[in-house]
Amino acid sequence: MIGLLGRRIAGLAAFLWDFVVGDDWMAAAGIAVVLALGAALAHLARVDSWWLLPAGVAGVFAGSVRRAVRPARAVPPPR
Amino acid sequence: MNGFALVITTFLASGVEAVEALTIVLAAGLTRGWRSALTGVAAAAAILAVLVAALGPALSAVPLSALRVVVGGLLLAFGLQWLRKAVLRAGGAKALHDEDAIFARELAAAQAAARAGEGIDWYGFTLAFKGVLLEGLEVVFIVLTFGANAHRMPLAVVGAAAAVVATVAAGAVLHRPLARVPENTTKFVVGLMLTTFGTFWGGEGVGVHWPGSDAALPALLAFFAVCAALATAATRRAVATGTRPITQAAA
Repeated sequence: MIGLLGRRIAGLAAFLWDFVVGDDWMAAAGIAVVLALGAALAHLARVDSWWLLPAGVAGVFAGSVRRAVRPARAVPPPR
Repeated sequence: MNGFALVITTFLASGVEAVEALTIVLAAGLTRGWRSALTGVAAAAAILAVLVAALGPALSAVPLSALRVVVGGLLLAFGLQWLRKAVLRAGGAKALHDEDAIFARELAAAQAAARAGEGIDWYGFTLAFKGVLLEGLEVVFIVLTFGANAHRMPLAVVGAAAAVVATVAAGAVLHRPLARVPENTTKFVVGLMLTTFGTFWGGEGVGVHWPGSDAALPALLAFFAVCAALATAATRRAVATGTRPITQAAA
């Protein structure tokens, strides 16, 4: 019974992870970092960092696309 | 937020998901019988309706700045996933989403599965149920977040409902998947809109004051469109070097 419940919870957690984070967890983490930096600048340093968000999101996006394309470059050419 | 932009965003996002769900339901209905497939659709629709009814008022009770941070972050996570897939497909690094191929695959799998006697066919029911529930969850999320943030839930629901009705009507007439819908272009546009609104709302939630207030939205959209175009060009160049194989399309 507990094993079944554990599997169900693990299945739900895996589904939610895939639903929200998808196949690039670094992009999701990058978004969290950008928002946290924006909040820190606005509330701690009193800097209106509106420019940080689009720049940060663009950086996260570029990194995500780059990671999706890059691995294939490591594939050795056929002999 | 502009009501027209709200309706268009929820319409396009819901339309993409509805086309994907329709492909699966058609495969289930044509091979396993319409009774089982439509029962699966009704069960999934009922669960989605309960989610909207339960979460809609709950979201309205959350403080706006907290809601905007969470929703902005989630929209960004969704938007960047959609945009990245669209860029990879447009750049040739990923095969285009082919509804005809998916339909043929689902059809073959449904035909091959064993059938158990009279009554509800559980394979057909489950296939349609899962298809509608999984694709519908994204629609529910987008409708709830856009509706709650803009304080215009009815408009968000109208946009989503119009997309579902249009897709179902087209499916009922054609009885085949809507392969001619320019899905990647739609996904590209929706990814841009989700990223734009996610950045805008996330920024407002963390205490940023956008220059020009709502007028910053078109500027953000244009900025991300340029970024996506550059990323597509860079992907094309990477594919052209001949080292990047085209991977199978995912949802």
